[in-house]
Amino acid sequence: MLGLSRRDFLTLLFVLVLVAAAPILMNPFPEGSKFAQFNAGYPDLMQRFVIFGIFAVGFNILFGLTGYLSFGHAAFLGAGSYAGVWMLKLLTINVIPAIVVSTLVAGVFALIIGFISLRRSGIYFSILTLAFAQMSFALAASVLTPITGGETGLQTALNDPRILDGAASGTGNIPAPALFGLEMGHSWQVKMGDWLWTFNVGYYLSALVLLVAFYISIRIFRSPFGMMLKAVKSNNQRLSYTGISPRPYTLAAFVISGMYAGLAGGLMVSMDPLAGAERMQWTASGEVVLMTILGGVGTLIGPVLGAGLIKYFENIFSKINDNLLHQWFAFMPDGLEDFMVTIIHPFVGKGWHLTLGLMFMLVVIFLPGGLIGGLSSLYNRVFRRSKAH
Amino acid sequence: MELSALLLQVLNGLDKGSAYALIALGLTLIFGTLGVVNFAHGALFMIGAFCAVTLQKLLTLSIITLDETKTDFLGNPQKIRTPYVEEWFGTAAGQAIIDWAVPLAILFAIPIMLIIGFIMERGLIKHFYKRPHADQILVTFGLAIVLQEIIKAYFGANQIPVPAPEAFIGSFDFGQLVGFDPGQVMYPYWRIVYFLFAMLIIALVFAFLQFTTFGMVVRAGMADRETVGLLGINIDKRFTIMFGIAAAVAGLAGVMYTPINPPNYHMGMDFLVISFVVVVVGGMGSLGGAVLAGFILGILESFASMREVIEFIPGINQVVIYLAAIVILLARPRGLLGRKGVMES
Repeated sequence: MLGLSRRDFLTLLFVLVLVAAAPILMNPFPEGSKFAQFNAGYPDLMQRFVIFGIFAVGFNILFGLTGYLSFGHAAFLGAGSYAGVWMLKLLTINVIPAIVVSTLVAGVFALIIGFISLRRSGIYFSILTLAFAQMSFALAASVLTPITGGETGLQTALNDPRILDGAASGTGNIPAPALFGLEMGHSWQVKMGDWLWTFNVGYYLSALVLLVAFYISIRIFRSPFGMMLKAVKSNNQRLSYTGISPRPYTLAAFVISGMYAGLAGGLMVSMDPLAGAERMQWTASGEVVLMTILGGVGTLIGPVLGAGLIKYFENIFSKINDNLLHQWFAFMPDGLEDFMVTIIHPFVGKGWHLTLGLMFMLVVIFLPGGLIGGLSSLYNRVFRRSKAH
Repeated sequence: MELSALLLQVLNGLDKGSAYALIALGLTLIFGTLGVVNFAHGALFMIGAFCAVTLQKLLTLSIITLDETKTDFLGNPQKIRTPYVEEWFGTAAGQAIIDWAVPLAILFAIPIMLIIGFIMERGLIKHFYKRPHADQILVTFGLAIVLQEIIKAYFGANQIPVPAPEAFIGSFDFGQLVGFDPGQVMYPYWRIVYFLFAMLIIALVFAFLQFTTFGMVVRAGMADRETVGLLGINIDKRFTIMFGIAAAVAGLAGVMYTPINPPNYHMGMDFLVISFVVVVVGGMGSLGGAVLAGFILGILESFASMREVIEFIPGINQVVIYLAAIVILLARPRGLLGRKGVMES
């Protein structure tokens, strides 16, 4: 179906169900209950899940298929974000041009950087992309201030030209990004008993884009082009010996993954029309590497999963504070309660980065294939054992 | 442009260049011996800096006595803090010890950094020799985050100023020495100390590798690990020691850097990115190249931050190092002094 094998179609269907039902799935605990803390079904966070999912899926096309580890992908996210905000400022508050243009701008940017960086491979490639991204970050934060807004960031304003729909700004408020009049921030809330579910326009737009992006990525994985990329990863030299230059293929993969990053950037500013230079910093590039690794490099669904998990932990862990911990362990004797709180304290709230770093190390050490790799080897082991019986 | 201004920029570049050179030297040592790309090396630099902070805190631990004759603005008797060292060694000697906290921290930091290095290599890096470079980068990147967050949890997120000894505060009129008018080329004393210290460390490392039997074996191991192993030499043990030494070099660079730039928990990451660029520019696996590139890039950076240059090309001070790296990698892929066959794939 849709030109996919049965198994890939099921994967796509799984992602479809997952993102369509996310507002319900992510809110498993009733409002006001002890565990409402763990709910993640609010629009802002869910938008980030899927947008970073797109970013990671794109990164996986480069890293997962060709094995080229780019440490500068945040530059494309940032370039896309800036292009998107400029479209919202100059053209129209409608998000479609913003998303399209940011993808294209990031693609051109990736073409230039990729053309130079891909002359080298291995660690040199990583350092070159890192250097380019740091350069873009430094320039965006300082000299390019007229274009990027410098350290305060670039955002929409009341007196923007908006040549296509100048009249819309007559209300006195800065218009919010919208899809043909349907505002991105608009949500419907449904109350079912104690449960509260929020269905957000922006989220569903992003989810739709994620599905399309994911579908394209499956097609790339299964195409002859994808096979070529895998050949680059497994043996670059042998590929050259067969008379095929790997350069055009890796460059194409680099540009495609750059466009995915730009798409993510465009969506990000469509949800919240603000782009800052820190979006280009190398820690942001590190984050997408982390998502891909955590989920499983070179697997289809891994990056989506990794992005979701990391964004979830980032939000939930950083919100937990000592009061909440005391509440949870209140059933224990006082001494034990304080002990537990003291032990957990450094890992939550402001210290969630520590948890992230540890998690990351553990995954790299023990699960080189990421969560998906771990799960599938577990599945294989169980399956084989049952066969032996 | 005046000659004195040029001289000033060269001098300004030297201290930052020293720090880059020391970190890059350690990175190259680790890469050359163990073949591991260590993204946690910046964190080691940062830990070294916090060794100095810790020692200073320890030395100023005080006994608090109440002085009934004076009161503070709330009317309570004033508290007088007497550091223990002043209590033990007398006021003058105690104050001198506290004043010299940063140089003393060198002695304090060496064993700590060696131990941290050994633990890191035996506990973690050892298991990654056979894994791809991407995995090594990733696991050490994770370790860097963890180390950084631990330091943040203990010392907070703010910069902690640690002063240089009284004797080195102030500036040296370097221009007068070479015949310029007084006051034209002023250079802080501590930066001279830092530069000399860096040169000393670099010389020690090179002498150690060049003139001792241990260093000879290590160099042989760098060239052909397997053959050295076949000769019945336990090369792994020596490489572990080299890892410890590399960690100590980074740590010492951090200790002495504290008076120049008050340490905070993410200083390591800031230096790491540039240090990698330095290593690549110098040539992966070339110790001399790392040192040379460190100084060149440091001086280049300080030239690019001159007012005249910035007016000519705005923003050049922010990107000159990366620009240099890109040009060099494209024009001379092996780096300045890179050898054939090292990390070419």
